[in-house]
Amino acid sequence: MSRLKAKFEALAKAERKALIPFITAGDPHPDFTVSMMHAMVEAGVDVIELGVPFSDPVADGPVIQRASERALAHKMSLRRTLQIVADFRKSDQLTPVVIMGYLNPIEAMTYEGFANAAQRADVDGVLTVDLPPEEAEECATLLKARDIDSIFLLAPNSTDERIKMMAAIGSGYIYYVSLKGVTGAGHLNIQDVQAKLQQIQAITSVPVAIGFGVKDAETAKMIATVGDGVVVGSALISKIEANLDDLERAKADIITLLAAMRMAMDS
Amino acid sequence: MTEHYTMPDARGHFGPYGGTFVAETLIPPIQELNAAYQRYLSDPEFLAEMDADLQHYVGRPSPLYHAERWSRELGGAQIYLKREDLNHTGSHKINNTIGQALLAKRMGKTRIIAETGAGQHGVATATVAARMGLECVVYMGAIDVARQSLNVYRMKLLGATVVPVESGSKTLKDALNEALRDWVTNVDNTFYIIGTVAGPHPYPAMVRDFQAIIGRESKQQCLEMTGRLPDALVACVGGGSNAIGLFYPFIDDSAVKLIGVEAAGDGIATGRHSAPLSAGRPGVLHGNRTYLMADDDGEIIETHSISAGLDYPGVGPEHAWLKDTGRAEYVSITDDEALGGFHALTRMEGIIPALESSHAMAYTMKLAPRMRKDEIIIINLSGRGDKDMQTMAKREGIEL
Repeated sequence: MSRLKAKFEALAKAERKALIPFITAGDPHPDFTVSMMHAMVEAGVDVIELGVPFSDPVADGPVIQRASERALAHKMSLRRTLQIVADFRKSDQLTPVVIMGYLNPIEAMTYEGFANAAQRADVDGVLTVDLPPEEAEECATLLKARDIDSIFLLAPNSTDERIKMMAAIGSGYIYYVSLKGVTGAGHLNIQDVQAKLQQIQAITSVPVAIGFGVKDAETAKMIATVGDGVVVGSALISKIEANLDDLERAKADIITLLAAMRMAMDS
Repeated sequence: MTEHYTMPDARGHFGPYGGTFVAETLIPPIQELNAAYQRYLSDPEFLAEMDADLQHYVGRPSPLYHAERWSRELGGAQIYLKREDLNHTGSHKINNTIGQALLAKRMGKTRIIAETGAGQHGVATATVAARMGLECVVYMGAIDVARQSLNVYRMKLLGATVVPVESGSKTLKDALNEALRDWVTNVDNTFYIIGTVAGPHPYPAMVRDFQAIIGRESKQQCLEMTGRLPDALVACVGGGSNAIGLFYPFIDDSAVKLIGVEAAGDGIATGRHSAPLSAGRPGVLHGNRTYLMADDDGEIIETHSISAGLDYPGVGPEHAWLKDTGRAEYVSITDDEALGGFHALTRMEGIIPALESSHAMAYTMKLAPRMRKDEIIIINLSGRGDKDMQTMAKREGIEL
């Protein structure tokens, strides 16, 4: 069984929801990421999404764009992101790690080369923002053969037909983008999210994590009542950006926020 | 020989190229656009309205002009210029914006967005938006805003909001990124008019179809003027819309050579260029698979060209396909060579070409002398050079 499946089953049994932080690999420096990942696990997160920096992150808002730029300035890449996962695995074999990025770095490695490298690094899931299910079969098949889940985005305007496509090709969890827009944008409406979740859950039993617009413990708690997991990204990266000259402080602020979310979601 | 070219397939693939590589949020609007496009493509009323606009507002058909003096000077093939520079707004870009804006109107969209490099597409978009009373926002790389300030002013006069894009390389690709971000945020009321044959399906096919009037007219005009088809077509290629517009109606005419001219910038060997077909590799950017300028890690690398309109790391997926199949040939011209083309046409024929089109002129100066005097080259003179006066003057150390 994949780590993600086992994790979501265990959470369901315990009647808890997954807390899923997103940080960009190599932001602000390659040395920061592995220790940040371990610290987040200690703060009680369930799954880690690790962003692969890309030169042209079209689905991301300014906060994650700048994170990408900081990481790229240190020559961070998909290969080096996989190395970070492998380094993390040396002392954590339990926490599922999903890498999230754009397709072109994967194309540059070739799908098979990437799938092999991801397996060697012991990656659990791959979310490729600009690879919708209609184009994803070749890559998803190679990953599946290596027990790696392909995770897809669902949007507020996705139809039943699209949800069925994701359910057929995707596994691990579905990432529901709770608002139209880029990462870090605006304000989410819980009633809309709830209605959409019911539509998704009527079609598939794959767990649904919700992201885009989760800013604090309060929104995390609200989201946790309707979905299976809560993804928080820009709010964490903002802490890094605010403390570039004091990364211990950045780390402490991230842990404080995640701990507050954890507590709010579990209460 | 009678096999008809039918690309792309139903999912927008040109062989391995093209496709729909976008985030899920963009899939519904793209499907909505595709449905509208498929519907109106064969709607006589829509086509009649578009034709009327192209005739009375744009000024089509644009002339096919026999550049006799320049042909004599070069001593080889007869050179004909397809005068897209004479269109309203000064380039071929308006052929496409007329078509897409009419689609937007029928789809009930009230807000238009666009990306622009040289500003020609931005001006063409702001123009049709003004005429239809639609809100218009144009994204433009901050570097391009600086080097194409005349076009920025034109867009503002036309009522558009010009947003300088400060991210990445601050050129056309970053403008496209930002326009995609806007679209994903405002999908309900917004129509994104992409200016070139790139982006996710159906844009590459749709923009081609709107630009194909260039090739259809050229074919008819060439037959009327000379009694036969041309031997070669030459057009500059950035994203590749003017080139595909000229080439497309000739693809089944296998005796007609199709030659796309990319921007070699400081020279291919320097790495400072914008020539993905000549020196790039296949990859995925801006919604489609095509040749790209990317490094070994798949990160997009910065491009360079003296002409803002060619300063783009990708190219339309249909060009990638035409290259791989050998149906079209792609060459490149440096900044300096393009300037030679610019001056030659200006002095020989009294026509000041855009720096983009000057790349096609410069390649023709190499090609024509190698051809016979009874052979025919059609060059797409895709835009006029007025917008480039500041760039030219600066380059030549002249204060205006």
